Amino acid sequence: MSTATLVLPTGKTAPTRSSLRRSRRWALFASYFFLILFAIFFLMPPYYMVVTALKSDAEMARLATNPWFIFDGVTLDQFRILLTQTDFLIFFKNTVIVTVCVVAITMVISVLAAFALGRMRFWGSSILATGIFLTYLVPDTLLFIPMFQIVKSIGLLNSYWGMVLVYPTLTVPFCTWIMIGYFQSIPKELDEAALIDGAGHMQMLLKIFIPVALPGIIAAMIFAFTVSWAAFVYPMAFLYSSDQQVLTVGTVTSLIRGDVYKWGMLMAGALLAAAPPLVIYAFLMDYYIAGLTAGATKG
Amino acid sequence: MAEVALRQVVKKYGDVEAVRAIDLDIPNNEFVVLVGPSGCGKSTTLRMIAGLEEITSGDISIGGQVVNDLPPKDRDIAMVFQNYALYPHMTAFDNMAFGLKLRKFSKAEIKQRVEHAARILDITELLDRRPKALSGGQRQRVAMGRAIVRNPKVFLFDEPLSNLDAKLRVQMRTEIKRVHQKVKTTTVYVTHDQVEAMTLADRVVVMSQGRIEQIGTPHELYHHPRTRFVAGFIGSPAMNFIPCRLEQAGSGLRARVSDTIALPVPSSREARYRSVVGKEVVLGLRPEHITEPRHNGRADGCDFDVTLDVVEPMGMETMVFFTINGTEFCSRVEPSSAGDAGAKMRLHANVDHMHLIDPASGAVI
Repeated sequence: MSTATLVLPTGKTAPTRSSLRRSRRWALFASYFFLILFAIFFLMPPYYMVVTALKSDAEMARLATNPWFIFDGVTLDQFRILLTQTDFLIFFKNTVIVTVCVVAITMVISVLAAFALGRMRFWGSSILATGIFLTYLVPDTLLFIPMFQIVKSIGLLNSYWGMVLVYPTLTVPFCTWIMIGYFQSIPKELDEAALIDGAGHMQMLLKIFIPVALPGIIAAMIFAFTVSWAAFVYPMAFLYSSDQQVLTVGTVTSLIRGDVYKWGMLMAGALLAAAPPLVIYAFLMDYYIAGLTAGATKG
Repeated sequence: MAEVALRQVVKKYGDVEAVRAIDLDIPNNEFVVLVGPSGCGKSTTLRMIAGLEEITSGDISIGGQVVNDLPPKDRDIAMVFQNYALYPHMTAFDNMAFGLKLRKFSKAEIKQRVEHAARILDITELLDRRPKALSGGQRQRVAMGRAIVRNPKVFLFDEPLSNLDAKLRVQMRTEIKRVHQKVKTTTVYVTHDQVEAMTLADRVVVMSQGRIEQIGTPHELYHHPRTRFVAGFIGSPAMNFIPCRLEQAGSGLRARVSDTIALPVPSSREARYRSVVGKEVVLGLRPEHITEPRHNGRADGCDFDVTLDVVEPMGMETMVFFTINGTEFCSRVEPSSAGDAGAKMRLHANVDHMHLIDPASGAVI
């Protein structure tokens, strides 16, 4: 069409084309404007964290300088002290253990549950699926008191293994829900073909469904990771000695003493704690987009 | 390779009877096509043979063994689906090899079988591609390859060509026939396209509303339909139907279609039609049996004049449409003899191919 307009620049098509181009330019301009606004808004806090973490305590104490910039030179002191003289590394290790276990437990349970609920039609499966989702709607601030009783009764109070037990109550329902949706989007003929090819339900799940639903599984994994890495209420309520503490609560409780805020180390700790999620998001986001299901059926 | 038998097979979904007590025998090596309009139970029947649907009652046997309670994988069947159902994360080779791997074939055996099937289907160069990188026709070939490598007792095809464009469909139809002539496996093929049914089948099973209307070779169904449904379903364009009255004319019989048109009944049929003389029946005549007069002016009472409503030139022939007594008729005539829409035309009914149908039962008399 564009070549036709070029060959025959009649009076009629020319204004339409330029007005089209103009409205497109406006749309682009508006979207860039808001995207930039959005980016600035959300990058402000991380920027402030970086700036603060790279300052010396002395500079922070001097109220005369502008807090948005570094005047006395960049220093890594905050990181050095945080890593060598506090329990930060213990918190980090505890968080990693808890998160890895929670993600593993969540994925095993929710993939199996979603496969059963989404593909193997049985009496009450759809009600059960909705029921699972509803449990996700109960906030953890409401659940932590009864959970406290349970965790205490099995002797896991003040142990990060208690967190491994408790976090899946947040992650499993939602991940199951995501996976049900994903499994249901896989055409029914694919499991029938596998059934005829001689696959049992377990082989069908492992060899067909998991590879095909990989983008969905990774999405669910990212969710489980984020929830368990960033959980605050449960460790706040259930953990009190620093050798069992996790990053979110540990960083705050050990670096705020009374009304003394160690801002530099708090920001350095927050940056280090935010690094793993950032790295994981950056690497796994591509999988989200990968259209693995394309070509399974007529597309 | 094996024969397939269905005995009084019923499928109910709640109160709805999708398949009503059908009996069907498919001998070894035969290519049988189940054809009918959508919702006639043909796909359900196929899926029951595959084991993907449970049967409500009756027996299905493959190779003499009743398979009612066997899971699909133990029935030794292979199925090709309408939307191909290829595993998207596997290459064409792995797609075809999957069933063999699950059955613990040796690597060498798998390779040999897949390559053999790939040669039959002419997809050797595509074996390392994923489904995403294949065209519709190529995907369908891989899906067929997946069926062939297993060397099953029975092939089941569920409308395999419906997703392809018209040209490719004709090409793949020939391909399927060629493959069947090579591997000779008993085949059950479901389609709603009667042309596909006629061209592919050794025998066609016409189904309607969960029942088998008629089983026969394409030739039998075309020339000797047993019911009005089969007569109207097989053949394209469809057979013309018009109410008529069978009357005595001297020593012979005539089918009076309108005040001016009465077609003589061939003497060979008189005995058969004697019982309905004087009754209202339905006359069925295919478009190809209503033509321009081809008898060199020797009038035999089968000629009649009509006013053309619509004229559709097809190249080698022309379809003309007209109405008699409010019933629309179609006829196939020589392109040179057809006038324009609105013109008068003299047509000739080839009464040797007429059918009379009992309007109450729908049975061909």
